[in-house]
Amino acid sequence: MTGVQPAAGATRPAGTTPPKVRRGGRSARIGAVAMVAVVAVLVYLPFMSSRGTQIDLVGLFSLVVLGTMWNLLAGYGGMISIGQQAFIGIGGYGLVYLATNLGLDPFLAVPVAAVVCGLVAWPTSYLAFRLTGGYFAIGTWVIAEVVRLLVTQVDAVGAGSGASLTAFSGLDPVFRIAYVYWMSLTIAVVVVLGVYLLMRSRTGLALTAIRDDPTAAASSGVAVDRAKRLVYVVAAAGCGLAGAMIVANTLRVQPGSIFSVDYSAMMIFIVVIGGIGTIEGPLVGAIVFYLLQDTLAELGNWYLVVVGVVAVVITLVAPKGLWGLTRGRVELFPVGYRVGPRG
Amino acid sequence: MNTVNAVVQGVLLGGLYALVAAGLSLVFGVMRIVNLAHGVLAVLAAYGSLLLGEHLGWNPFLSLLVVVPAMAALGYALQRALLDRALRGGELAPLLVTFGLAIVIQNLLLETFSADTQRLDVGAFGGASIELTDGLAIGWFPLLAAAAGVLVIAGLGQFLARTRTGRAMRATSDDQEAAQLMGIDNRRLYAVATAIALGTVAIAGVFLGSRSTFDPSAGATTLIFAFEAVVIGGLGSLWGTLLGGVVLGVAQGLGAAIDPAYGVLAGHLVFLAVLAVRPRGLLPSAVTA
Amino acid sequence: MSELTNEHSRSANATDERQRGGHVSSAPLLHVDDVDAGYGDVPALRGLTVTVAEGETLAVIGANGAGKSTLLKTIAGVLRPTRGEVRFDGRVVTALSAHQRVGSGISLCPEGRRLFPSLTVEENLQVGAYARRPGPWDLPAVYELFPLVAERRARPAANLSGGEQQAVAIGRSLMANPRLLLLDEVSLGLAPVIVRQLYAALPRITEQGTTVLVVEQDVHQAISVADRVQCLLEGRTVLEGAADRIDPAELAAAYFGVRR
Ligand SMILES: Nc1ncnc2c1ncn2[C@@H]1O[C@H](COP(=O)(O)OP(=O)(O)O)[C@@H](O)[C@H]1O
Ligand SMILES: [Mg+2]
Repeated sequence: MTGVQPAAGATRPAGTTPPKVRRGGRSARIGAVAMVAVVAVLVYLPFMSSRGTQIDLVGLFSLVVLGTMWNLLAGYGGMISIGQQAFIGIGGYGLVYLATNLGLDPFLAVPVAAVVCGLVAWPTSYLAFRLTGGYFAIGTWVIAEVVRLLVTQVDAVGAGSGASLTAFSGLDPVFRIAYVYWMSLTIAVVVVLGVYLLMRSRTGLALTAIRDDPTAAASSGVAVDRAKRLVYVVAAAGCGLAGAMIVANTLRVQPGSIFSVDYSAMMIFIVVIGGIGTIEGPLVGAIVFYLLQDTLAELGNWYLVVVGVVAVVITLVAPKGLWGLTRGRVELFPVGYRVGPRG
Repeated sequence: MNTVNAVVQGVLLGGLYALVAAGLSLVFGVMRIVNLAHGVLAVLAAYGSLLLGEHLGWNPFLSLLVVVPAMAALGYALQRALLDRALRGGELAPLLVTFGLAIVIQNLLLETFSADTQRLDVGAFGGASIELTDGLAIGWFPLLAAAAGVLVIAGLGQFLARTRTGRAMRATSDDQEAAQLMGIDNRRLYAVATAIALGTVAIAGVFLGSRSTFDPSAGATTLIFAFEAVVIGGLGSLWGTLLGGVVLGVAQGLGAAIDPAYGVLAGHLVFLAVLAVRPRGLLPSAVTA
Repeated sequence: MSELTNEHSRSANATDERQRGGHVSSAPLLHVDDVDAGYGDVPALRGLTVTVAEGETLAVIGANGAGKSTLLKTIAGVLRPTRGEVRFDGRVVTALSAHQRVGSGISLCPEGRRLFPSLTVEENLQVGAYARRPGPWDLPAVYELFPLVAERRARPAANLSGGEQQAVAIGRSLMANPRLLLLDEVSLGLAPVIVRQLYAALPRITEQGTTVLVVEQDVHQAISVADRVQCLLEGRTVLEGAADRIDPAELAAAYFGVRR
């Protein structure tokens, strides 16, 4: 068949220069400097702030990690999961088991627990990936429930009543809290930067292709499958880190709370409110959620009602979230390419 | 005897799981969205029945006369006001919106009714049973609930097979654009489908709430069990869903007979096993709806 | 059904009036007026105007990608034009959705048939009548038009051969009792014998007074059934004229976009 295709370039008036394709720009450079400054201040913080503040901020860092991981799954991988609490729980329990039961150094136990999460996620993905869309979402939830119910049967980690993290008991609380704080800050920075680098890699390109055109991407099936599986495993490990952070911060793990679907709700709200499909969105969302959580704490359950309504409204009215309101004028992490006038 | 009893109870419970699942499947079949608030909406219906019982002294059966149309109306409005909009927002938006909705409704119920467990009171009827042999008795109420489940599913099947609107739903499920070319107003059809789904889930919610206790967080397991019934049975087949519900109910019953803590877990494991070895379900429909 | 000859001469008259270049007494049934339409940034129709008089059969031809299907989708309301208007029976229907246009008498038999595979043949036809427009076409009439379809009525539509599916698709569109029937590439992927059989049904349709717009890549088939022919290239009209007076060489040139 001889297709008669309109020539795309033909409409450009003669004499204009072709657009310049670039990545990042001035706002990205300013942003990078600002980010480094913020991280530097955060690193210094334990020398000038109370233990309570540090404990609070570890909570914020875990939100950043959780939001970033959920965004990696949904915003870049197109996979809506409501079962990430499986890996939050395995991370938390992993830390307790490795440190308390096996005597591993707790700061080493945290990354090891994350690796365990990744190892659990890999075979699990073969089951979960048999489902798509909303059914995938509920499938991940079932898997999380199975993990919770199994853990509840394990007496070594306190069965239904949970366990305490006692491995830090030799450490002065001042140091313990500061160390946990620095560890959490490090994890948050590494996770955000890691996703940024992942999205700039070939895998990131494949993921962007999936998001922008699932049918075209499906024709290069194998690469897409591999990219999605990688994302699923990485997100599991990241959630495991967050779970370990949470337990290192509170020193206690309990199946009913660490495997709660409320974590998924939180992650979704963080990403939706901040802006799905951008690296900055979950950061903004985590900060907003953290502030809301503090202010709305007195409201009891109303706070989830309010946050839920806000998330629904944002999805319908401003699907790019708060970060989307900048309309790409500000870009801290230039992932995509931008086509602009030369200069 | 214990085992036989567990199987019988499981079969009866399966009818109700399948009823919840039927609404989930209908909405998915017609507009390709999974309503993550489906389970909590069943719980909402149970609370509606509870209110009617507390304030007007209505029996749960009588309350169906109000709860079912009210939930159907809610479904119609929900579709028109929220979900239609969400459908236009791509693949993720409906999931995000229905999940947000689930969280909102669950926490509103928690605020209004507290986390205390509740149970709908069907009166003396609730305790009556038929003694088959000693040790094996079938409660009248579970039997009636299961029969209601099967009847509603059969009715839904007839509706889809025989009526003009049912045909239009199947056509839309096959090819939405072509269906519009036949004069089918897909948005009205979506609203009707959601109304039917919520009407049926209301029936399931009231029966489930009369069979056992519930609290505001019960929507989660309700949704999960319905989903498992759908997947075990095979997507897009109503009778498959019924079979899936029964298999799930029996698995839970047998698990619980070994140890009460294993009931739900056994159901999940059967689901995962089916997903692993027969991902299209036990009774896959020839053409996926 | 008995006014075969009457109808035939009436449609011939309509063509004659248009050919004389004078004003047709009433407004055309369909007037696609200076329409732009496309997909995202890709334009497919560029200022296209198409008119069809009541009772007339217009064939729109053109190479693959010329914009023929886009034109039909714009008329049927599946696609909204970015500029211009669609008028049907004197009313502007541009803002009406596809299902509303079926109600007012426009029915598109889409390219590739698009039957509902999980429905039986008869159910497909019944869905075609969803809008419940009164008129000559009902199940018995369609079965009489396509006896083979009647034999297959209880089968799932997916089990039929291509030609049978196309007959069902045409029947399904007729069930809407349209005033304007839009047929998109009836011949697609079918053997010439089958195509001839299908087109043999066309006079039986037009004799009911139905106005028809056929889109074809098969130029000869199109010309043989039409009163008038309009040839598209890259979303514009490059040639139009009465079917029986059009110069084959000129048409071939227009079809392939050869400048002369
Ligand atoms: N769904 C679509 N998305 C993007 N472009 C399309 C789509 N459908 C058609 N086109 C483009 O629009 C132009 C006209 O297509 P079409 O109307 O289908 O042509 P025809 O029916 O004459 O073969 C072509 O260039 C085609 O590539
Ligand atoms: Mg075409």
